[in-house]
Amino acid sequence: MHPDRFASAGDAERRASMQWTTRVNEAYRTLSSPVQRARYLLELVGVDVAFETNTSMPPEFLLRQMELREALEQAGEARDAQALDALRQALRADKRELERALAEALDARRDHAGAAELTRKLMFLDKLDAEIDLAYEALEA
Amino acid sequence: MALLQISEPGMSPAPHERRLAVGIDLGTTNSLVATVRNGVPGALPDQQGRALLPSIVRYLPEGRVEVGYAAQARQSEDAKNTIVSVKRYMGRGVKDVAHVENAPYDFVDSPGMLQIRTCAGVKSPVEVSAEILKVLRARAEASLGGDLAGAVITVPAYFDDAQRQATKDAGRLAGLNVLRLLNEPTAAAIAYGLENASEGIYAVYDLGGGTFDISILRLSKGVFEVVATAGDAALGGDDFDQRVFCWIVEEAKLPPLGPRDMRKLLVKSREAKEYLTTHGEAQLSDRLSSGEWVDLCLTTEKFCQITQNLVHKTLGPTRKALRDAGLTVDDIKGVVMVGGATRMPQIQRAVGEFFRRAPLNNLDPDKVVALGAAMQADVLAGNKPGGEDWLLLDVIPLSLGVETMGGLVERIVPRNSTIPVARAQEFTTFKDGQGAMSFHVVQGERELVSDCRSLARFELKGIPPMVAGAARILVTYQVDADGLLSVSAREKTTGAEASVTVKPSYGLSDGAIERMLRDSYEHAREDMQARALAEHRVEGARLLEATRAALEADGALLEPAERAAIDQEMAALRAALAGTGHRAVRQATEALSRATDAFAARRMDASVRRALAGRRIASFEP
Repeated sequence: MHPDRFASAGDAERRASMQWTTRVNEAYRTLSSPVQRARYLLELVGVDVAFETNTSMPPEFLLRQMELREALEQAGEARDAQALDALRQALRADKRELERALAEALDARRDHAGAAELTRKLMFLDKLDAEIDLAYEALEA
Repeated sequence: MALLQISEPGMSPAPHERRLAVGIDLGTTNSLVATVRNGVPGALPDQQGRALLPSIVRYLPEGRVEVGYAAQARQSEDAKNTIVSVKRYMGRGVKDVAHVENAPYDFVDSPGMLQIRTCAGVKSPVEVSAEILKVLRARAEASLGGDLAGAVITVPAYFDDAQRQATKDAGRLAGLNVLRLLNEPTAAAIAYGLENASEGIYAVYDLGGGTFDISILRLSKGVFEVVATAGDAALGGDDFDQRVFCWIVEEAKLPPLGPRDMRKLLVKSREAKEYLTTHGEAQLSDRLSSGEWVDLCLTTEKFCQITQNLVHKTLGPTRKALRDAGLTVDDIKGVVMVGGATRMPQIQRAVGEFFRRAPLNNLDPDKVVALGAAMQADVLAGNKPGGEDWLLLDVIPLSLGVETMGGLVERIVPRNSTIPVARAQEFTTFKDGQGAMSFHVVQGERELVSDCRSLARFELKGIPPMVAGAARILVTYQVDADGLLSVSAREKTTGAEASVTVKPSYGLSDGAIERMLRDSYEHAREDMQARALAEHRVEGARLLEATRAALEADGALLEPAERAAIDQEMAALRAALAGTGHRAVRQATEALSRATDAFAARRMDASVRRALAGRRIASFEP
């Protein structure tokens, strides 16, 4: 159904093909990202992850976040690419651990509330990851 | 991704119905046209056997236009009327163009895109590019012996919406049916990947005359998936010439130069740069119009020194693309080099050091993009039977957003989203009884609207009176397979629908294109009508054939009354095709197209259902 298969077709078929492919791309994007996939699976069972509204997090998680953010700030100020690399590695390890726990909560334990919290945590880390990208860009500019 | 590989009945014509399709690399410095013959892609040369056409257009007072080598030969003596590197100006205003002071043109800053005053009148970059495309189209039609069914035109991956729209407009202005705009590094990856049966993750480093792109692709089982792309739409071989030019001016302590001397020295700079690819030093000597002699020697060492930060500037986007892809240099299986500027030894060295492997240079960096475009055109024209073709999944290079309070950008479609893509966002009213809302569509990565490119502004009117914050306005961004954006807005609560489609302010309106088409055909009105008739006939016959095949395959999806309506429009179109009125043919074609709208949508739904029936999510994973 990809538009490449309909480049020489009529307007109507071209439009339908674009709309369908748009939906396939959206589905693929959602399913291939652990966070989006979890959010979607929870939505299917009627659980809202509520990332924007539910901001309560366990103290040790928040402490760890503060540490990572401090490290990011320092690396940015010092224009230290190696420190950024190290930070990213640490963050990725945290993410992998959360993703593993999330899979378990969703698939094995069917613990939806727990899964929602893990998803919120992952979204938190994704935000930090994006900020690391910005720090790299500032450093390279 | 087996899901995407449905071949539609009636979409693969029999071999004798092969349709003429070409790929066009519309380059900053050179352009070329290629096609696939007997399964082999090749560039089409001119009568002198030259494949490259210098992207240079010279306007003469009596309305004549010279394109290519003829224009190149006169560029110094008629610098003001000879447009070089016009691609740099596509979709750009005067203030966007770097080194504007070093370009020997009489710019006119018009709203949206800049224009150039020549002895043949004021010309927009779209018109200038169309002159290049017309020559390539004529070359292809002469050499293939027939009218072209369509063309794929390549654009730098990092081109924004305005630049893409301008390129597509130029294609239309040259009378081409633009099947697709294809990103240059993606085109190169097709040519390279198919030639070498490559699988795995590849980087394409494409440094052309005026643009730089870096794309990371995953090649797997006939699917070319662009994972990330980055670049600089104003960095290329031309900038290396500029550095040499500035070095000459400084070194020889020259006073401000006129257009002729400027062009002459830029040509010398380019020659020196090319010479240094295989030699240790280049001699630069020329006599200026003042009679003064310039006589300098540029060594490789000096050249590397004055261009070092240009080379360095390509590595920032390269890192960014890798980061966006979530990959490191160790994941990259090979780096394909594209664009004439990658011949420079310092580029080869820098890329080799960065990726820690020797770059791949086994395809001609000047031709590989056009060859890939030709291969894609062949697929899009339907010349490949199902199963033998491949699938391209490309991305948008820059995020698309909307202006919110305080001049900030709210991102709606993030960069590197696979296209086609649609995203919607809800907005609400700010005041009680607010009846209209205005939107400002922007493209770019920065937080502030003023740092992004403004694409369009539009207003949604007719919002029913409500208290502030009660209206729910859904704004939808749709990016098509060419990477072109359309935006619509709709008020949800009352069910009252008002939608708008956006024309980028940097592009040309349909009216402007039509006027230009009319102007360019003014001297050949009869030609135009004959051509219009021929084109509409091809279009009409194609639709008839497609409809016939669709009815044969899926006629059961229609109610008898619906079937009768389609049969009636088919008969009307057949009758119109037998006549000589091009308008009648077009109208009958459009009527049949409208009559089959619902049928086409139903067929697509049915084929999706067939493809999905009994499948599990896991089987769709790549």
